[in-house]
Amino acid sequence: MLKDLFRKQKRYITVQPGTAPEHEEEKEPLWIKCPDCGEILYVRELEKGLKVCSKCRYHFRLSAPERIAATVDDNTFQELDGDLKAVDPLSFPAYRSKLSSAEQETGMRDAILTGQGAIEGRPVLIGVLEPNFIMGSMGCIVGEKITRLVERAIKSKLPVILFSASGGARMQEGVFSLMQMAKTSAAIARLHEAGILYVSVLTDPTTGGVLASFATLGDIILAEPGALIGFAGRRVTEQTLKEKLPPDFQTAEFCFNHGLIDLIVPRNEMRQILAQILSLHSERG
Amino acid sequence: MPNVILDFEKPLLELENRIAELKQYAGDKGIDLAAEINILENRLRELKKEIYENLTPWQRTQLARHPERPNALDYFNLLFTDFLPLCGDRCYGDDPALVGGIARFEGVPVTVIGHVKGHNTKENLARNFGMPNPEGFRKALRLVQQAEKFQRPVISLVDTPGAYSGAGAEERGQAWAIANNLFAFSRLKTPIIVIITGEGGSGGALALGVGDVLLMLENSIFSVISPEGCATILWKDSQRAPEAASALKLTASELLSLGLIDGVIPEPLGGAHRDPKGTADNIRAEIRQRLQELRQIDAEQLVAARWSRLRRICGF
Repeated sequence: MLKDLFRKQKRYITVQPGTAPEHEEEKEPLWIKCPDCGEILYVRELEKGLKVCSKCRYHFRLSAPERIAATVDDNTFQELDGDLKAVDPLSFPAYRSKLSSAEQETGMRDAILTGQGAIEGRPVLIGVLEPNFIMGSMGCIVGEKITRLVERAIKSKLPVILFSASGGARMQEGVFSLMQMAKTSAAIARLHEAGILYVSVLTDPTTGGVLASFATLGDIILAEPGALIGFAGRRVTEQTLKEKLPPDFQTAEFCFNHGLIDLIVPRNEMRQILAQILSLHSERG
Repeated sequence: MPNVILDFEKPLLELENRIAELKQYAGDKGIDLAAEINILENRLRELKKEIYENLTPWQRTQLARHPERPNALDYFNLLFTDFLPLCGDRCYGDDPALVGGIARFEGVPVTVIGHVKGHNTKENLARNFGMPNPEGFRKALRLVQQAEKFQRPVISLVDTPGAYSGAGAEERGQAWAIANNLFAFSRLKTPIIVIITGEGGSGGALALGVGDVLLMLENSIFSVISPEGCATILWKDSQRAPEAASALKLTASELLSLGLIDGVIPEPLGGAHRDPKGTADNIRAEIRQRLQELRQIDAEQLVAARWSRLRRICGF
């Protein structure tokens, strides 16, 4: 099911120690295969190119810190509420061990990184979901950190940008997670009444309860090319309909063609487009 | 007796049948079996209490999904007068899985909305098993905004497996429709009373679920995912749904003690489907009291209080 969303991620090719002796001590692989076109890509080159395949323009997923680095001006990002740590309000089976392994894998305390930074010199409050932390799912902490970010925006009158990458509401926190949909949407409604700009950027994947709450409530909604964007899992929909769906079903392009988002923005243009949006909102018309 | 008997209710059915047989026999033969019948009826009462007061979360899930459980239209008839259904989202179509309109509650005009499941296969096909498309959520939004304009309180009855997951629903922005409802309901300047009457399935339930008071019927459930879906993800085995139902803490009493809902409305012994009128009486008493309280609060304060209720959930 939702796990399949993340399958594409780690198909590294193995490099024999003999072929690259000078990097023997490194744990990170040197080469990676593009899951879309199959091209073998040199990892350092890929990272320089914001993790976009040089051949087919496939957008690899970015971790939250990578996204911040790719978006915010150097040395301007200051994390907020970094002390908030995931909770287990239902004592859900095996959840604590799942949390600690997610913490180890990502170095994060839950599935979101929030803070203040600048884009082309313009200050902004920014939040980025971490797709590698239990599928970027939204539980109490994600909802709380978004809400705090929005509250800060209302106070400081700074615009908000949220990058989504999420499988949806986090099952293991039950109705607490579900209510974060209501809480974040209500927070965005207050931001709206305060007349403050909110840009939502949908990245691969944005689904379920995250899509059905704050992610679709932006004044402007952008998406990265090829991103999976949909409410219900593709397999669920296929089972419901008992038929194959078109290949572009639930992609950024599908959403664009149905009038659901404003623009599809390639990664290498994202900073510039965000800066333009911020600039256009920096004074009243 | 209902037509559909759940597994854990079978001992009751046997006993009820035996009592009926005995009564029939006594009548036919002209024998006085009152003492024996009395013993069995006492036993039936005890057994009922024993079974229904010790339901597992999975058994409650089954009751919440019982096909004969009263749906929103049944409750509209039992609770309100002058119900006038209002249809369409003014954009694409009318969604029979979600109904709404204007009615009177003890004389007071109110806007009513609710998911509608069918009581049988034919009705369920017509109602899409109570799973709304975006049109349903947009109709609900239109109706509550109309309620705000005319200062009518909103009564929202929740009972859905979830929002429909079809290709058309995705094309027409299912997630957008749900999010817009969460956004708008949270700021609506008129009282909203939400009652989960059956199945409160995830985002599709929440889209009618943001209000000033959130109540649940005793045997209803409210969950981020179905127990079957949860079991499939956790253990790759939907047969383990009963375990998942326990883990999810989806019953009214558990959610009340977690502070996630405001109250539990009792059902007559055996569940709402065995006594819809009795259930409606309990709901009516609760609406009357809550409405009286909410109508004294001015709209700005109401909206501020609605926000702080949501804000507190997992506030650290």
